[in-house]
Amino acid sequence: MSTATSTLSATVPAKRSAARNLFRDTGLVMTRELRPVLHDPFSLVFGMIQPLVFLALFGPLLVGSLGGQADTALGGSVWQWFVPSILVMTALFGTSTVGANLLFEFQTGAHERLLVTPLSRPSLLIGRALKEMVPLAAQAVIIVIVMIPFGFQLYAAGALIGFALLAVFGIGLGSLSYALAIAVRKQEWMFWVVQQTLIFPLMILSGMLLPLESGPEWMQVASHFNPLTYLVNAERALFAGDVGSAAAAWGWLAALVTVAIGLAVGIRSMRRSAD
Amino acid sequence: MIHTKSLTKDFVVSKTNTVHAVRAITLDVEPGELVAVLGPNGAGKSTTMRMLTTLIQPTAGSATVAGHDVVSESAQVRRLIGYVGQGNGAGHNQRAGDELYTQGVIYGLDRRAAKRRAAELLEALDLTALTSRKVSSLSGGQRRRLDVAMGLVHAPSLLFLDEPSTGLDPQNRANLWEHILQMRESAATPMTIVLTTHYLDEADSMAGRVVVVDHGEIIADDTAEVLKANLAGDRLVVEADQPTETARLTSLLDGFAGARDIQVEGGTVSARVVNGPRALPEFLRAADHAGIAVGTAQVHRPTLDDVFLTLTGRSLREAESTNNAEDAASTAARKDAA
Repeated sequence: MSTATSTLSATVPAKRSAARNLFRDTGLVMTRELRPVLHDPFSLVFGMIQPLVFLALFGPLLVGSLGGQADTALGGSVWQWFVPSILVMTALFGTSTVGANLLFEFQTGAHERLLVTPLSRPSLLIGRALKEMVPLAAQAVIIVIVMIPFGFQLYAAGALIGFALLAVFGIGLGSLSYALAIAVRKQEWMFWVVQQTLIFPLMILSGMLLPLESGPEWMQVASHFNPLTYLVNAERALFAGDVGSAAAAWGWLAALVTVAIGLAVGIRSMRRSAD
Repeated sequence: MIHTKSLTKDFVVSKTNTVHAVRAITLDVEPGELVAVLGPNGAGKSTTMRMLTTLIQPTAGSATVAGHDVVSESAQVRRLIGYVGQGNGAGHNQRAGDELYTQGVIYGLDRRAAKRRAAELLEALDLTALTSRKVSSLSGGQRRRLDVAMGLVHAPSLLFLDEPSTGLDPQNRANLWEHILQMRESAATPMTIVLTTHYLDEADSMAGRVVVVDHGEIIADDTAEVLKANLAGDRLVVEADQPTETARLTSLLDGFAGARDIQVEGGTVSARVVNGPRALPEFLRAADHAGIAVGTAQVHRPTLDDVFLTLTGRSLREAESTNNAEDAASTAARKDAA
């Protein structure tokens, strides 16, 4: 041990003169967050196949419930309609629950540890939110590859833009999830109450899983006030290769508003999270 | 190294209830000092430390830490100080070595330097064998050593330790301190250390200077030796061989030069004296001379608990319960603030 201690003083870190920038800090936070995911291949594999299981179980029921009229009711192939839904749903559940991880780090003291380092405060939020996009990208690729043999038609450009749109929305929703976690960190059970209360109405009223056209009119009206509706519609348009459609434009607007609000609220919360 | 001026923190619980967690603390710590902040739970120790480490903002007053203001230059302060909080700094899902490496990069080391530094710290704190173990699988003592390693990654000249040994058994506490002091010594210039503790023996044996805090205020500030000598003093405790002689023994002790604060408890008579080891044989000779047979005799050296008792009229343990009510209130306040 004596040899180790003697070299410690020799490696006193050089003072870093360069202005620490948000970009670098965000990368650091994201890398740190990704490490446990990559070290745990078991949960990684399960995370990857989860959307497929849902697709395999829910897809046939959806077709059955539409009584043989599926393709006309959904405006084309059922998979063309349903695959974008599953991607949005995966992003929705993946990013809206991330606050729970932060709650755990509040409990243990790991978050406080990061707060006393020179890391920029926004990077603590943005890095975490961005990290969620990495498994999501992998899930998207797997879903698309698996579905192609079943008649899913891939429009590569539209799919890429669709994924970018999903990422923007996901960062916004993830930020809101972190903000929620920070707000309720003294009563942790509140996190799940709020998250569950919001997520299901949002999901159902977006026409993500079942077409709203067959529902009562009030539901169709309510769906117009749900940002998720625009996102789902945009994803369907983009995955059909319809890159320049109005639906896609509305989706971008919804995602950009979500990310702007999410980051504003989230960064503000993060700055005050040690109080 | 640290200069505070009327540093104050209030937690507003409700319109009619404000908890004054820290009341106008003025404190100066010079480079190289090892200062223990001692006080019961809820006395304001941690709140003070959280202000000095930029985690929370003071309500009033100012503080300069490592040459920078904690509010207007918080980024510079963070770069210069090391901090080991009450919780575990390492993420429980992370691997021990990875967390140390990440900390190194955060403080501006390049990848190779960060790897080397992590390896050195793991070695110095006896953690090398645990490098790729998950933090959640480490024992309490191992995790605490990892916390210290994380606080030292950038070789700070000032280290804050918030209750570093709480929850550790005596063996692990001793082991942790051995490592901390070794790291302090091995630095080019001795690291300044500020620690909070409610263990009296820890403050007594480790720190060169003890700052006693109660109800958000500094009530004493000196070396443990001086505090004990001035505020408590040694106690002479004697017992007559025959219980019938207790009264005579008491009056003899009462008249003994330098003895004060005489207490009789059953057959035991005690008094505060300035220098116990010197007073004891003198008193025995006097008793012999007066023809009183002394059965047992001993000197009680004072503890910091005695100091705290003299200062506040409460023992540290009693103070815990009175301050805990305030602690709960300040927790509620923080909840409200969020």
